[in-house]
Amino acid sequence: MTAVPDAGAATAGRGPRRGERRSGPVRGETLLLGLAGLAALLILIEVLPRTGLVSARFLPPTSRIAAALADQARTAEFWRAIGDTLVGWGIGLAIAVVAGVVLGVLIGAVPLLRAATASTIEFLRPIPSVALIPLAVLLYANGLGSVLLLVVYASFWQVLIQVLYGVQDVDPVAEETARSYGLGAWARIRYVLWPAAMPYVFTGIRLAAAVALVLAVTAQLVIGAPGLGAKIAVAQTSNAVPLMYALIVVTGVLGVLINLAARVVERRFLAWHQSVRGEVAA
Amino acid sequence: MLEVRGLNKVYEGHQRRVEAVRDLTFTIDAGDLVCLVGPSGCGKTTLLKCIAGLLAPTAGEVLLDGRPVTGPPRGMAVVFQEYGRSLFPWMSVRDNVALPLKQKRVAKARRRELVDEALAAVGLAGTESAYPWQLSGGMQQRVAIARAVAYEPEVLLMDEPFAAVDAQTRADLEDLVRALWKRLGVTILFVTHDIDEAVYLGQQVIMLSASPTVVQERLAIDLPAERDQLHTRADARFTHLRTHVYEQIQAAKRGTRTDAAVASVAE
Amino acid sequence: MAATALKRIGLVLGLPVILFAVWYVATDNSQSFYVPPLRTILSVFDDTWTGQRLRADVLPSALRLLAGYALATVLGVGLGVVIGSYRRVRAVAEPVLEFFRAIPPPVLVPVIMLFAGIGDGMKVIVIVSGCVWPILLNTVEGVRAVDGVLADTARSYRITGPARLRHLLLRSASPQIMAGMRQALSIAIILMVISEMFAASNGLGFTIVQFQRSFAIPEMWTGIILLGLLGFVLSALFRFAENRVLAWYHGLRSAQRKS
Repeated sequence: MTAVPDAGAATAGRGPRRGERRSGPVRGETLLLGLAGLAALLILIEVLPRTGLVSARFLPPTSRIAAALADQARTAEFWRAIGDTLVGWGIGLAIAVVAGVVLGVLIGAVPLLRAATASTIEFLRPIPSVALIPLAVLLYANGLGSVLLLVVYASFWQVLIQVLYGVQDVDPVAEETARSYGLGAWARIRYVLWPAAMPYVFTGIRLAAAVALVLAVTAQLVIGAPGLGAKIAVAQTSNAVPLMYALIVVTGVLGVLINLAARVVERRFLAWHQSVRGEVAA
Repeated sequence: MLEVRGLNKVYEGHQRRVEAVRDLTFTIDAGDLVCLVGPSGCGKTTLLKCIAGLLAPTAGEVLLDGRPVTGPPRGMAVVFQEYGRSLFPWMSVRDNVALPLKQKRVAKARRRELVDEALAAVGLAGTESAYPWQLSGGMQQRVAIARAVAYEPEVLLMDEPFAAVDAQTRADLEDLVRALWKRLGVTILFVTHDIDEAVYLGQQVIMLSASPTVVQERLAIDLPAERDQLHTRADARFTHLRTHVYEQIQAAKRGTRTDAAVASVAE
Repeated sequence: MAATALKRIGLVLGLPVILFAVWYVATDNSQSFYVPPLRTILSVFDDTWTGQRLRADVLPSALRLLAGYALATVLGVGLGVVIGSYRRVRAVAEPVLEFFRAIPPPVLVPVIMLFAGIGDGMKVIVIVSGCVWPILLNTVEGVRAVDGVLADTARSYRITGPARLRHLLLRSASPQIMAGMRQALSIAIILMVISEMFAASNGLGFTIVQFQRSFAIPEMWTGIILLGLLGFVLSALFRFAENRVLAWYHGLRSAQRKS
């Protein structure tokens, strides 16, 4: 049970949307307006402390945050922190994806198993992963294990649930056709179940990727495992406010990049699939 | 009653401008049932949206009782083609019909009366508490008609309302519209691309040209007021009229039209 | 009939009972300091979460959670309707909002501590600051996706202003709003715990960390279990509410799927 930063996850998809067809210039305008919005935010953060509306002790101006960031970018330690964060994120995500897909397909392919595990999954899924923080501290102290425990627990459910949705979505006609041609269990999984579940698997991976970052940074922040989160905690205790903001911005940028990358990968892999080409009203 | 004067609508795209409606002028008398028919893509829906006050014309104007239409006017109700998307799926049939009345500040008791009457009139008594999506397509369109009827409009606009229902249901709904028209004395402007439907339903048929649209011809339908699917459609006069309309629409598609027809009168 | 009912009960309860039994038996003779026997954990549960502690720790946590979540919902839906209604406003705001949503919410805790100190206010603001984004962005998406024909219908019947908001925009966007609120609920619980781990003198998160630091391991386990129960109960409550609010939507979807 963790953050699922995704608006598209539940697109209602009732009928075509009005004004959906965007011609080139409108898209250009949208881009410009978006950049204007970002610029306005940067200017606002520059102006607010300078005019004294907000104390610079709480909110340093954009220029000072940028300077702190530039300083950091010259240190190897900063890049190591990013590397540590990405390693925790990547390994955790990989474990969660493999486990989620394997278990999801297995549970999904065997009706009895699905029925028997439903209640357990419904019970375990909403358990907040941060509840495991004390346990992680005791077991792994501030090592990578702590990060992985939280990341895997949180993102595993995202993948598993999506895979189960996907398996449920298999066209019964295709399934029956496969059966009538005498395809074995493995072939059915390979040629019927898996292709149908693919789009859901990718959705699950995209959601899990975002959640994994949240938990990786959180574990570092709270437990002190090395990485961006731990650096933010150090910046806070040493009252290095501009640096703290700079590091938070970096986590945000990482988050945006991960979201974008996940979407690109999803589109590439599923270019043929209609659910990506345009959510058609059922 | 309803007057369309020199109506022109141009959509300004970024690269191109599309003239959907070039120059339309016609009037509809109070209590008339007029069918607008034209080749597909001739801007029927654009015209209807301009009349309904949902779209501002580029030039020209629409007058209702002598007052220019600038937004959706009070005495007008619209029935859209897409019944599935024009009913509020989160409201029961009763609430769908009642909401516009509530907005019109009709007192509660009267509201109930109007809703019950309208639903009975379209043959849907007993479905009040169902959700629209629990009903068949034809029944959903009946709910939309009931909503329009309960609103007690002076003018009822119908935009290809039966284009998406099956043939059998369609015949029933056509008769329903004729019956409601005769009973309520409401003015109806019925847009369709179906020539048979236009001739069967209308007292007048206005034929539109292909886009950019002008009035191709206006024709009075001199069939008896009592019409039924079996006899009217077999009537020699009906066949004659529909052939005439058909020829005009074919001519409109080819883009040939006599200049006399542009004058918009055929009487 | 009775047989199928029995089978269903078996399927629902079977695995949880087995898992519980396995945990119970496997840890029964556990000498591990960190993984005490389940029997021990259960026996200290009652003593740990007494009425006094429920009042002093669980209740404040729950109230902060509720306040933050409610505030985030009001803010998110309100701003979302405004932003979603105007194409240009949306174009200006969306990249900024996407950025804020991409920031892992817990890292905002130190920032908010600067502004709001370490009181209840801080914790509520932390929860709001994390929960508001998914609700806001989903509302924007929902308002944007209002069906064109439905909007025209409402307009032609002169349904405008508050009535339009209530009967058209909010209802039409409710599936997306609920999806945002579901995400926000998980975030709210996380932030409730994290904010209390940072700086607090009471609350669930604080208490659990205290147990861990003082090596009261069975008590710590009871805390983890209690947090899990809280997450489960809240998500069940949410699901109950969602099923009521979106009954029309699920019906509509299955009707569309059949056709």
